[in-house]
Formats: sequence, C-alpha cells, structure tokens
Amino acid sequence: MSRIELSGVNSRKCRDLNLRIGDGELFVVVGPTGAGKTTLLDVIAGIVEYSGDVLIDGINVNRFPPRKRGVGYLFQDLALFPHLTVAANIAFGLRAQRCDKDTVTKRPLYLMELMRIAHLSERYPHTLSGGEKKRVALARSLAPSPRILLLDEPTSSLDPRTAEYLSGELHALLKRLGITTVYVTHNLREAEVIADRIAIVSNGAIERVSAPSVPFPLGVATPVGESGIRPDAMESRHGSVTSPSAENRGHARSDPPPRPV
Amino acid sequence: METAGRFLWKIMPICLFVLAWEIAARSGILATAKLFPPFSSVLSETFALLKSGVMTQSLLGTLARVLAGLCLGAFSGIAAGIVLGWWAPVGRSLSPVISILYPIPALGWLPLLMVWIGMNELLPMAIIAIASFFPVCYNTATGVRNVDQGMIRAAHILGASDIRTLFGVVLPVAAPYIFAGLRLSSGMAWRTAIAAEMVAVPTGVGALLMKAESLVRVDIIMSCLVVLSVMCLLFESAFAFMERKVSGEWRSSVPH
Repeated sequence: MSRIELSGVNSRKCRDLNLRIGDGELFVVVGPTGAGKTTLLDVIAGIVEYSGDVLIDGINVNRFPPRKRGVGYLFQDLALFPHLTVAANIAFGLRAQRCDKDTVTKRPLYLMELMRIAHLSERYPHTLSGGEKKRVALARSLAPSPRILLLDEPTSSLDPRTAEYLSGELHALLKRLGITTVYVTHNLREAEVIADRIAIVSNGAIERVSAPSVPFPLGVATPVGESGIRPDAMESRHGSVTSPSAENRGHARSDPPPRPV
Repeated sequence: METAGRFLWKIMPICLFVLAWEIAARSGILATAKLFPPFSSVLSETFALLKSGVMTQSLLGTLARVLAGLCLGAFSGIAAGIVLGWWAPVGRSLSPVISILYPIPALGWLPLLMVWIGMNELLPMAIIAIASFFPVCYNTATGVRNVDQGMIRAAHILGASDIRTLFGVVLPVAAPYIFAGLRLSSGMAWRTAIAAEMVAVPTGVGALLMKAESLVRVDIIMSCLVVLSVMCLLFESAFAFMERKVSGEWRSSVPH
C-alpha cells in the first residue's frame, strides 16, 4: 500500500493538479471523454511528460522511469501481448523483474485462480472475450505486486450486465487486496458504488473531490451520460441548481480519505 | 478430405498448364520441337542433367551464393530495420535514404560492383546481399514501427528494460512483417543470382543458361527455368513454414 501526492502538476491535458490519495484508498476519477482522466493516470505512471511533483510514499518519483515507480496499470485498450498465452502475459512482468523461478511459476497460477481464468491459461488473447481479456490484463498488472494500481475504464466496452458484474467483482477484489487504487470511469453511478472518494475532472482540472455520500449536482452528472446520473441529481435538474460549475467549486474539497484500510 | 480437395484445386491449374504446353509443343503449331520442346522432353532433359552432375554442380554453386548473399542481406536488413523502426529520430533521418536506394533495380548495381569488386565470386554474393537487404530492412522497420505503443508502455510499466521490450515484445509482434520481407527477399535473391551469373561468373545455373543459349538448346534453358522456379518456391515455402512456426498461433489477431 502507498500514498500518492500530486503537487502543482501540469501536462499537455492537465493543469494544476493537487491531490492526495491515502494508503489503500480506492480513489475514483470521473469525468467526460477528453477531460484528462487518463492523463492523470499517465502522470502517476510516468509515461507522459509533466511539470510539478509526484510523490509516492513521500518520495519524489519525478526522475523515476515507469518501471521503477511500482505501479500496475490496466490500460483502457488493455495492450495484452498477442504473441503470449494468458499465463505468459501474466508472467511477463515477473520475468522482466527477474523474479525467482518459483514466483514466476506460482504467482500467475494464484492470480489466474483469483480472477477465475485458470482454464484460459494456454489461450492466446485474440481467442478471449472482452471480459476475459480484462481479467487477464488485471492479473498481469497485479502480478509484480505493485504498490499502486491504476485502472483506466476497466468496465468500458462491455455489455451493461457484464460491466456491472465485473465492477462488483473488482470492488471486492480491491478491498481484499487493500491496494491503493486510482480508478478512472465515466460512469458516476459505478463510482458511487465502489469509491472511497470521488474526484470530478473537467477540462484537465479537478473540479471537486468528495466522498460518494455527498450529492452531486446536475453539472457534475451531466457530462458522464444518462447512465451515470443519480436520482438526486435528476431531482436537482428541476430544482434550484442553475450554475453547476459554481456549485461544484463551492463543494470542492480535498479532505483526507474517510476510508479505513 | 477437405485438405485433399484444396490440394486438388491448387494442383489442377498447374496440370492443365503442363497439358496445354505438351499438346501445343507436340502439335508444332507454335514452333518446331527444337525451339519449343514439349514438357516431357524438358523433364527428361532435367533428369539427364541431374544424373550427369551438370545441373547438380551448377545448382549447388548458385545455392551457395544465394545462401551466403541472402544471409548477409537478411541479417543486415533486420538489424538496420530494427534501428530505423525502434529509434524514431534515426528512422526519420535515414528513411529518405532507404527510400531513394530501394527502387534501384538489383541489376542496376551490377556495373558499379563490377568496378568496385571485380569479376569474381564476391560479385554475385554482394549483389544478392544488396537485393535481399532492402525488402527485409523496409518490412522490419515497418513492423517495428507498427507495434502498438500501448504494448511498449505496458512492457515498460511491468518492469521490462528497452532491450527486453525489444526482444520480448516488439520483434515477436513484428515477426509477420519480417517474414514477409524474408519471403520477398528469397525470391529476389534467386532472380538476382541468375542474372549475376549470366553476366559475371562462369559457374552456376545462370552460366549454364548462357551456355545453353549459345548452343540453342532450348530444352536445357527450360530445364534451368523449371529448376529455378522449384528452388524459388522451396525457399518461399521454407520461410512461410518458419513464419507459421513462429507466429502462426496468434497472428490471426495481427493486421497484415
């Protein structure tokens, strides 16, 4: 488990990001397409150029290459290696980090059991369904025991039922592992179910950070689509909220997470 | 059963072609038997040449040159292609040079190499190496460049060094492109070898072709062409087989 701190971070798609994410926190970032959610993950992983400071466990990692930051990253497009079987995909990171033979053999087996994909171990990615690929990619990102897990839209491009099921499973798994997680989604309803805290990102900036129990006004819910609108937000559509962005800023806070580890 | 049917469909046009050749030659409607011998005569001449050792010796000479030139051209082409595809600034700087040199026909290099190297054994090997280099280099660079950046980022985040990413992800994913280049080069190598032997060296299938031409032995010329066709086909099939071994199981997911 690890703490993450972003201080005055600017990059091509993000501006003035200041954020603290606590040990073992499940921090969900919500926002419309192009808002800069993925860039936030890329900054933490160190795969985009940025200015400002990124600290992991109090250590400034600005000069650390991605492989030295101890993060696991589930990309939106998954980026599974097509020439490797499921088991070899999961073992890739362990081999790259020169783990001992026992770990390279046993950890993928454990993760495949955990993700319930053990029966797919010898299959190639192009033969898997969307949901199966997501599980493989998640197992692969967890294999080298990262300190931080970055999940970019893990339930996107799945049918609603599978997405909901996977989201629930993922939530249970992350709670069980207790790993610090930054979870990007455009679905506010999903965020409210799983998050310890939710950040709303818009136009490259963090508009608001709050606990999921704090209601979101119309301006926050609208960009994430109908499926993400909460009933109380729908109510506010006919109520008194007329200036969403002003309302958001009024509610903006970045208290420490209320979450137990 | 299905495989046998497919094989029959493949072999049928060749059989029809040979049959038409035999009938046309025997009827004498196109030319005399000396100028246009039937397929059966060409086949028997091929066996006679193989038996006497003339064809075997010539073929082995050409084969050695092709193997040496192809290995040299292919290895240097793969190495150059990796450099061009992997390091973007190098690729941007050198790609125009490759683009200028690639379209030059292999035989266009011959006069230059005759002056530089002289008329000796090195000449056909050098020209085969040049002819093989460009398709392999171009395809390797394209394959490496086309590897999804997401995969490279994923490998780095998982802890892989640049070298491990290159050998563990980039080259295997680019393998179908590299093998396509090798297949092209293998055919090119045989064609260039024959042309170089016809002009520059007194041994090999190319030289045998020239001798047959001076004796107006069309049956020997055709024998040589049949043998060359078979060799080209064998080389291309060998690379296709290797490609299937290396990437056959997963390549249906990779765009060609």
